[in-house]
Amino acid sequence: MKSETCLAPGRVWLAAHAWLVYLFLYAPIVILILFSFNRAKQTAVWEGFTLEWYAKLVRNELILRSVKNSLLVAAITTAVSTVIGTMAALALDRGPARSKLPTQTLLYLPVIIPEIVLGAALVTFFGAVHWRLGLGTVVIAHVVFSISYVAIVVRARLAGFDRSLEEAAMDLGATPVQTFFRVTLPLILPGIVAGALLVFTISIDDYVITSFVAGVGATTLPLQIYSMLKVGVTPEVNAVCALLLVFTVVLIVTAERLLRRSG
Amino acid sequence: MNRLTTNNRNKTVWPLVMPTWLVLGVFFLLPLGIVFVVSFAQRGAYGELKPVTDFWQHLSSGEFLANYGRSLDPLYLGIGWRSLWIATVTTGLCLLIGYPVAYYIALLARPHRKNLLLALVVVPFWTSFLIRTYAWMLILRTEGLVNTLLLQAGLIGEPLDLLYNEFAVLVGLVYGELPFMVLPIYAALEKLDRSLLEASTDLGAPPWSTFWRVTVPLTMPGIVAGVVLVFIPSLGQFIVSDLLGGSKSILVGNLIQNQFTVARNKPFGAAISFELMAVVLAMLLAYTWYAKRGGGNREI
Repeated sequence: MKSETCLAPGRVWLAAHAWLVYLFLYAPIVILILFSFNRAKQTAVWEGFTLEWYAKLVRNELILRSVKNSLLVAAITTAVSTVIGTMAALALDRGPARSKLPTQTLLYLPVIIPEIVLGAALVTFFGAVHWRLGLGTVVIAHVVFSISYVAIVVRARLAGFDRSLEEAAMDLGATPVQTFFRVTLPLILPGIVAGALLVFTISIDDYVITSFVAGVGATTLPLQIYSMLKVGVTPEVNAVCALLLVFTVVLIVTAERLLRRSG
Repeated sequence: MNRLTTNNRNKTVWPLVMPTWLVLGVFFLLPLGIVFVVSFAQRGAYGELKPVTDFWQHLSSGEFLANYGRSLDPLYLGIGWRSLWIATVTTGLCLLIGYPVAYYIALLARPHRKNLLLALVVVPFWTSFLIRTYAWMLILRTEGLVNTLLLQAGLIGEPLDLLYNEFAVLVGLVYGELPFMVLPIYAALEKLDRSLLEASTDLGAPPWSTFWRVTVPLTMPGIVAGVVLVFIPSLGQFIVSDLLGGSKSILVGNLIQNQFTVARNKPFGAAISFELMAVVLAMLLAYTWYAKRGGGNREI
């Protein structure tokens, strides 16, 4: 009884704290989106609703080109790393235990070491082999850190996989290839798609590593945003950031739903 | 029979991991190796690498360690210490702010709301770090939201300097890294056997004492994981300090980036990169050791 009454005020404080933290997490995002519709050019005073900044965005050649670059890089990165990462996840799930550790360590390293070190290493490497920086080097860099994410997500999916289904298919006379494409793949597909969506978002959003390996002609959207930011805060930046935010949130929520539904 | 199947498996597994080893071997391990070698070289007049004419002389004179020696210069050592300090304060703040949130979601929130509350912590983490940092520029800058509101309310006569200082850097870092602290602590709290808390209360322990002597020790694996996960990215970041810190608060990340761009001194940048990586790997090894020693059955 006593502990109940003691806990009650504590519970209220904790709830209040949690809501304050949620406010802290979401207020900046909401404010950014609101500002992108604000007519005021320089101040934070609300001067009325406008779509002017979005209209300007669509006419901004530099931004459009960077969006195109980003989508291209993210698409290729996603395709390549999803295939390689899924293969690695399958190998880790099925392979003999003793051979797992090296591959597992190799997959964790790109996620764990500071991004800036990876960027520095890649730009030094490309310089050493006289590889011209451009969209190609950006894709390579993105694939390097994306494989790990796909492998981790797909492997989690495989952990909850019922192997007897595969055995049943084999017993019924299916070849290993048939079993893979007709039983295994459909069952782990939600995990693969979720991994692909996550990697697509990470690729679209990446600034640190890309800034090292992009070179002159390969400006991606985050690089474009960064260079605009360094010049100064403009409503156009708000608009492009708001769009990118909404776009990535939609992708993430989709991925999250796929993972939960199949789990 | 058994042996045959495992042999078969071995064969099917190798082609599956080959692409991973190929890509990460060529574009990850090899570049790291090259940077390591470059960190012992010297920079030429135009930012290129100076060829080493006499290898033994380079070694025996200790010239190969020049970059590492230079990084011990008080100027750079100061940057290193400040980076460690900022990462430490960020980690401490994240723990102070994040633990109660994880506690609330895991133990106090209604069960059917848990998933939503957790997802709300995770979603911002997946959106662009750059944009979330920029959002704080909108809030903190001289013509920003906070100053506008305070001025309009008549609470201040002139705008406060909220941006381009250490305060802004800390706000940005805590904002960016908080989910890394909440998630592992939540996982640890979720696994906590609640009957232990009840037992402690039944035996007459006041709530505070139960918290410090039962809950905290039992969730220590989650706390340690959170500390590692927040500390490492805070140490190596450079977006937050670049955008919110201004030119005065250079951290290790900015220093490395600078060497590869403006200063065009790859060998020196490479040496600092490796020092940063050594600190990070040392932390990870200590963490693995802690986890193996029985720091709970956690999983990342």
